[in-house]
Amino acid sequence: MTGRSMTGRSMTPVPPARPPVAPLLAVEDLHVRFPGPGGAVEAVRGVSFTLKREKLGIVGESGSGKSTLGRAILRLVPPPGEVRAKRLELLGTELSDLSEEEMREFRGRHVSMILQDPGFSLNPVMTVGAQIAEAWQTHTGHSWKKSRRRVLAMLQAVRIRDPERVFDAYAHELSGGMSQRAMIAMMLITEPDLLIADEPTSALDVTVQTQVLAILDELVSRRGMGLIFISHDLGLVASFCDRVLVMYGGRIIESCPAAELDNATHPYTRGLLAAQPTLERAGGRLPVMERDPAWLAEADTGPGR
Amino acid sequence: MTGAAMIEVRDLTVTFGPRGKPTPAVEGVSFQVGAGEAFGLVGESGSGKTTVLRALAGLIPAWRGRIAIAGQDRNTRNVNGLARTLQMVFQDPYGSLHPRHTVDWALMEPLAIHGFDGTARRVARALSDVGLGPAFRFRYPHQLSGGQRQRVAIARALILEPRILLLDEPTSALDVSVQAEILNLLSDLKRARGLTYVLVSHDLAVVAHVCERLAVVTEGRIVEEMTAAQLRAGEARHPYTRQLLESRRGYSRPATASAGTGAD
Repeated sequence: MTGRSMTGRSMTPVPPARPPVAPLLAVEDLHVRFPGPGGAVEAVRGVSFTLKREKLGIVGESGSGKSTLGRAILRLVPPPGEVRAKRLELLGTELSDLSEEEMREFRGRHVSMILQDPGFSLNPVMTVGAQIAEAWQTHTGHSWKKSRRRVLAMLQAVRIRDPERVFDAYAHELSGGMSQRAMIAMMLITEPDLLIADEPTSALDVTVQTQVLAILDELVSRRGMGLIFISHDLGLVASFCDRVLVMYGGRIIESCPAAELDNATHPYTRGLLAAQPTLERAGGRLPVMERDPAWLAEADTGPGR
Repeated sequence: MTGAAMIEVRDLTVTFGPRGKPTPAVEGVSFQVGAGEAFGLVGESGSGKTTVLRALAGLIPAWRGRIAIAGQDRNTRNVNGLARTLQMVFQDPYGSLHPRHTVDWALMEPLAIHGFDGTARRVARALSDVGLGPAFRFRYPHQLSGGQRQRVAIARALILEPRILLLDEPTSALDVSVQAEILNLLSDLKRARGLTYVLVSHDLAVVAHVCERLAVVTEGRIVEEMTAAQLRAGEARHPYTRQLLESRRGYSRPATASAGTGAD
């Protein structure tokens, strides 16, 4: 992985929509626990970070708490899960203080989420167009006719070649890449300030993956959206995002600029980087990570459990 | 190629769909795999790579062409005795193990069907061969991690002592660190037992790591065949292969960003 040329990484600063005084999102000491018969499981244990209008990658393996963190920001952790945070502020609004109804208003308009598997996130008995229009109408109260035009434009914006056909299609009539793009159109039609994308491209083929990433990239740089990009793919995050948080055992164990991920210092991050087979190195054994129990204890910020 | 051909596929064609509207999934695919060799099929979803594997495993009811395994011609009706020569490991270790059968049951069943003796000993050895202790023998799949499940699936495939292992994306459902463990295990088993592998994956690096030779499949056809060394040396010529290689370098902003139309 070392020596990857970072071509095309000349980030031109984007004029922000609002003066960048406060961060878009501020998370401080976030905990998520799931009570169970064998004691509570703490999925997220004291995570703090801030997000500007940038692309923030969150990497980690399954069970590291990265998806739960994304859901907690949207207040979508299902009961009996408990979310506790000193601060969970989006656009200056403390999310924990909102009622369920206010939160529903907030979701979609200011923050939305793309899930990994488009096959399960689209409604199978509603046409794709109607679903996207519903999202738009709910938040703007526009007429059906106006919505249709807007949805078609949005489908075109996510590079769907034949928007009219896709508008009237059902989820099962679309390929994986197509449904994922329809899903992205639905999440972006309200022009949210923050998009949380949980493995948005891992179910997609490489060619489609590049297109989807280009769409997200453009939205961040053109509209000044904030993006949290959750992924297990270190190489992808290093090349796509601006900044990376590495999660392990519900904690952030390392944080660095994405371009410097190759020089990460934490043994876990180093282990992940080394465990990937590469084309440069021929055969042989892959280094297997020795997990140090101390990794779970370090960076303990206080009353964890 | 090392040694005589263990697997020979010539002009394999598989067609799905109704009689009037056939959809070709695999068209005229030919390749050979020598004994003790690992051969990779690389391609994206829908390319037909898994269909080739399923035809080899006798899991597809109708195909045309010629398939010979261990020197014996196969046809679509006769799959008897195939299980002793050839076994398959599936992509999803969460779906490929029966949720209400213990590991012991999963490993015992093929032994019972094929009338093996010393079953308890064989099960214990199969588990230790894939790096699982005896404690795992009476567990249910839900008590295992993804990597442990895939180890059980590999143990189940190896328990009949086949000569060929068909591997369908064996690590794509696993974390990177677990993938490294499983890839190491596969290399060790191959070396220890002289197994022949056919590995299907969308990941060029995984295929190049395990296999000596590979073929790139797209739209049901093999577009390029080469050795892993040639791939590493950058000798891939077909534009599709080059595209796959390009995508491995991660995301690079498209130079000619055709700006989105009419979003605002």
